[in-house]
Amino acid sequence: MSEEIEQEIKEELAAADAVRPEKFETAICIRGLKNQFGDAVVHEDLDLDVRSGEILGVVGGSGTGKSVLMRSIIGLQTPTAGEIEVYGKTLDTIADEEESRDLRRRWGVMFQGGALFSTLSVAENIQVPLREYYPRLDQRLLDEIAAYKVAMVGLPPDAGPKYPAELSGGMVKRAGLARALALDPALLFLDEPTAGLDPIGAAKFDELIRELADTMGLTVFLITHDLDSLYATCDRVAVLAEKKVIAVGTIPELLATEHPWIQDYFNGPRGRAAASGNQTAKPR
Amino acid sequence: MVARADFEHSDCADGAEVRFTGRLTLARLGDVPARLDALGPIATLDLSALERIDTVGAWIVTRTVNEHGAKVVGASEEAQRLLDALASDKSEYRVHRDRRPAWARMLEQVGTASVAIWHELLGIVGFFGAMIVALGTQIRARRRLRWNAVVTRFQTVGVDALPIIGLMSFLIGIVIAQQGAVQLEQFGLEVFTINLVGRASIRELGLLMTAIMVAGRSGSAFAAQIGTMKLTEEIDAMRTIGVSPMEAIVLPRVAASTITMPLLGFYASLCAIAGGGAFVWIGLDIPPLTYIQRLREIIPMTDFYIMLIKAPVFGILIGVTGCYEGMQVRQNAEEVGQRTTSAVVAAIFLVIVLDAMFAVFFSSLGWN
Repeated sequence: MSEEIEQEIKEELAAADAVRPEKFETAICIRGLKNQFGDAVVHEDLDLDVRSGEILGVVGGSGTGKSVLMRSIIGLQTPTAGEIEVYGKTLDTIADEEESRDLRRRWGVMFQGGALFSTLSVAENIQVPLREYYPRLDQRLLDEIAAYKVAMVGLPPDAGPKYPAELSGGMVKRAGLARALALDPALLFLDEPTAGLDPIGAAKFDELIRELADTMGLTVFLITHDLDSLYATCDRVAVLAEKKVIAVGTIPELLATEHPWIQDYFNGPRGRAAASGNQTAKPR
Repeated sequence: MVARADFEHSDCADGAEVRFTGRLTLARLGDVPARLDALGPIATLDLSALERIDTVGAWIVTRTVNEHGAKVVGASEEAQRLLDALASDKSEYRVHRDRRPAWARMLEQVGTASVAIWHELLGIVGFFGAMIVALGTQIRARRRLRWNAVVTRFQTVGVDALPIIGLMSFLIGIVIAQQGAVQLEQFGLEVFTINLVGRASIRELGLLMTAIMVAGRSGSAFAAQIGTMKLTEEIDAMRTIGVSPMEAIVLPRVAASTITMPLLGFYASLCAIAGGGAFVWIGLDIPPLTYIQRLREIIPMTDFYIMLIKAPVFGILIGVTGCYEGMQVRQNAEEVGQRTTSAVVAAIFLVIVLDAMFAVFFSSLGWN
């Protein structure tokens, strides 16, 4: 084996050692987060922990900054104040581009609209992160990985060569999920994965997320409006209101709190319907 | 440092026994796939010494099992879950489009493009017909043309375009005069520069450049506006209320471009003549009065008529093409861009083709 390849493999291994998700009980740790746009304060003094291996649902009214919170964690939005640690690293303090790449390869993000690259086919979309981080992978393995990821997220066999414009809304979401899972991340961010899907499609998607999280041992940060999703998939739920996380816990724990918004949310007509529909569902 | 993926193998009678160690994950894969491939037949895969495995590792195992018919031993619960998830047959999952030889693809592209152009032309003609029918219905029902909408378009198509069209034509006049003078000077005939500028501007260039500019400015705007209205379902909303989009949207736009074109074309010709005059005055020392006197002698009235006949036709063409392309938008924002581009390209192309036909036609009429 040539020295060059040996060197490349060494670099890859060093990068893999830089961030070690399996060593952390708490995947994401947020303390005193503040986000402000002009005069509008979105978050103030926000604290939140995401435990490794759990599916954490994040709920809140429109405009409470659920997406801003996610964007802050993944580094698309620099917080005004406060600290966000993901696997012991803080994106703010990482000056080195290499170091932030080490962290980025540990998570996958699925945006609300799928955010697939429209000039690339689904398979090529899945291969983008792989090529970016592991340029040594040969084309055959890349193709095989793309094929099984397509299969894993439940897309039909002919979806791989299709372009995003040729896919239905539900398929775009699944393709977005496949790309988010391309690097076998430890941490998965999902922004309203079931928004815009019909109830049957949404239920299937919930099931898929639960299943993938169990098989791959994922930690999931799930933003949602969908009460059924909360009941069907989440281990714990964080409620965003009044610029902070007002409560975190399992749904029964949340129901025991007195906060009026939480009571309205879970005990409104839709909340009760979702609850009764999921009483038989399997809590993990 | 954590151990990378690795394996040790011992040869048995019916193939190698491979024993994986370390972490068989994407990040620590190293050269394992290549070395596995280099190995001969494999009978057993031992996963018992693995610290961790992810889907890529599980795929490597699955692939080896499929290729060599090897059996897996010592898989942990976690590993078994992953292997089960990947176990089903993936051979039908395709990644690439069918690849055909280059000549076949080129033939197909040429064919598809030709058919597309043919359909586009048919579409534009059909749309033009539909518009005439709509106009007929409107007249028979004694509904008045929406003049408010037309006048608004006058502003955007006509008045707002005056500065740019004026400047462009003025410069073109200078360029024609300058280039003409250089050539004609060689024969001592620089005075004929005036003939060149005068006749070319009135008969061809003033109008042609205007048509190109209007197609780029307004034809594209029509397509983009209407395309966006299609996307936001405004057009459908209009139909359900009982307003015909042809009457409310298409006719005013086409009317505006049809009426504006002769005016803009004439204005552009004058600007080009002014530009040519400026050059002739400064460069050839022919004073403006002589210039104008000479123009009156050499430009026949038929040149002016030719311009006036061609202009509304170009106007209709640009308006119809823009509106037609806008109406073709079906699904996404990307299409608005494509349709806008093809509105401009088709309009300019058709204008030039028609212009050539007109040139032949008027020449054979004897309008030289």
